Amino acid sequence: MKNRQPRASAAVQYPAQAVPRSREEAGLPRRRSPRWVKVLRRDKKALFGLLVLLGMTASAIFAPWIAPYDPRAQEFEMLLPPSAAHPLGTDDLGRDLLSRILYGARISLFVGVVTVGLAMIVGVFLGLLAGYYGGWLDSLIMRYIDLQWAFPNFIIAVYLVAIFGTGLENVIVAVSLAFLDDFARIARAMVLSLREEEYVLSARSLGASDLRIMGKHILPNALAPVIVQATVSVSYAILAEAGLSFLGLGVKPTTPTWGLILSDARTFISRAWWLGVFPGLAIMLTVLSINFLGDALRDLFDVREYREETKR
Amino acid sequence: MTRYILKRVVHALLVMWAVATLVFFMLRAVPGDPLRAMLFDVGDPQAAEELRRKLGLDQPIYVQYALWLGRVLQGDLGNSIYGSRVSVSRILKEAIPRTLSLAGLAFLIALLLAVPAGILSAVKRGSLWDHTFTVLAFLGLSMPDFWLAILLILVFAVHLQWLPAIGYVPLSKGFWPWLSHLILPAIAVGTAFSAILARMIRSAMLEVLRLDYIQVAWAKGLPERRVIFKHALRNALIPVITVMGIAFALLMAGAVIVENVFAIKGLGRVLIQGILNRDYPVVQGAILVVSAIFVFTNLLVDVLYTLINPRIRYEE
Repeated sequence: MKNRQPRASAAVQYPAQAVPRSREEAGLPRRRSPRWVKVLRRDKKALFGLLVLLGMTASAIFAPWIAPYDPRAQEFEMLLPPSAAHPLGTDDLGRDLLSRILYGARISLFVGVVTVGLAMIVGVFLGLLAGYYGGWLDSLIMRYIDLQWAFPNFIIAVYLVAIFGTGLENVIVAVSLAFLDDFARIARAMVLSLREEEYVLSARSLGASDLRIMGKHILPNALAPVIVQATVSVSYAILAEAGLSFLGLGVKPTTPTWGLILSDARTFISRAWWLGVFPGLAIMLTVLSINFLGDALRDLFDVREYREETKR
Repeated sequence: MTRYILKRVVHALLVMWAVATLVFFMLRAVPGDPLRAMLFDVGDPQAAEELRRKLGLDQPIYVQYALWLGRVLQGDLGNSIYGSRVSVSRILKEAIPRTLSLAGLAFLIALLLAVPAGILSAVKRGSLWDHTFTVLAFLGLSMPDFWLAILLILVFAVHLQWLPAIGYVPLSKGFWPWLSHLILPAIAVGTAFSAILARMIRSAMLEVLRLDYIQVAWAKGLPERRVIFKHALRNALIPVITVMGIAFALLMAGAVIVENVFAIKGLGRVLIQGILNRDYPVVQGAILVVSAIFVFTNLLVDVLYTLINPRIRYEE
């Protein structure tokens, strides 16, 4: 502390051998932890969500290494209750339930993230176009978006599967399309509020192209609400995929996904409660964690809610 | 006022027309469309040709569309191509009361849970009650309804054996048989909705409780019950009603899945079975009816809202 210097001249007057060892020594204010760290420290729910999600993601990525058995191997006794060898028991075909749930995380998380990613890209693009150009393009796009808005996302997804047919690819397309209306609405609302901002007007008067204005000046400022929406949407998309798989509209019957495992379990729950309990627990934990994180993100970005939380 | 309602009715009809048209054309535009799959399933080319003509598929698409729309308007939705070829409108006519009683009962249960929970959380903000309800609401929102359905069957049908696990009995066969079959599915459907509702009532109540007139009511020394129920709750419910439409839509969406768990042959089960059997007249009909229920509940809520809230302006 003895060689503490007045702040203003600190940087120039240090002799080479007396390099300060900490920021305090250099007379600089202590580095503040980033805001998200503070949010996590204060918001235990968000911390819980983050940890669970990290765990789920890790189990999805590393499933081949951490799963105790092959999820498709029918080599054990059927309907074994949870035990040391099979922590979550086995199913009606003698497959290890824990391994199936770990592998199931792959499809569920993948579909949730990919569908929302697609929905976000297409939806934001449509919303930008509608809001920026207005006129007939706006009417055309928004008429469709409003039509879709009249129905819950899950119902739209079921309708689209009815039209496109069942299967994983079709489910991905259906869920992506079903969720794009939320993003289009947010993007359009943001464009409308930003379009007349002075910095946008000045960019335009400098001769910036429409593409540049939209991409460089409007989109970055519209990002926060889009990200918050995306988080919420991922949880609903995971629920939607699980629901579709549960109804038999999703992946092929051999693929382990949470919805499908639950669907298979229905016949056997009178004899094997674990089949009915654990896959659903995995879905709920994931969705709950995303919802917790979504709430924290909303606080972090200070985003007011653009939609009622009742739609999914 | 009348003009506003008229405008909303016209809008609802337009939405229905758009849904019908989109479904009609999309079902025919998608590669490997169900129609062609259906013809393929027939196998014999001559029989397929005959079926084509019978279904009017040899005519230009706009003629098909006009004929189809005309028939739909007369309530003729064609026949199921599966099994005994029952008429689609008959299937739907049997399904609608099942789905509506399920959704209705779920709505009632949700209301019974959510209103007290919401009020209590708001009035005793930050208390143990509030925290408990907050956690429960988060759980309710994150729990897939079909999983809750399975858990309920597991506990109340398999273990306790208090209630039947599957099936549906119409109300005409007695109140208890009807209720006993419907109560588990209704809880499964209503839980997520009641979680949302409780949160909304809580925030609406908090908003209102801050207002001056409530402070005045307290200051006048009115009893707590009177302030909360007569002064605060009535105004807090106004914003809640606006989302009732969306919330009821959520109930319907839940019913679509949960009916399949409990083997209730309602609209949801008809729709899903239709998709799985590639029974496209049934799918088309079920989509139209489900959509109509959504559109007209939304309409009803809008009208209700204008009636309840005197502050709203009808003309723009």
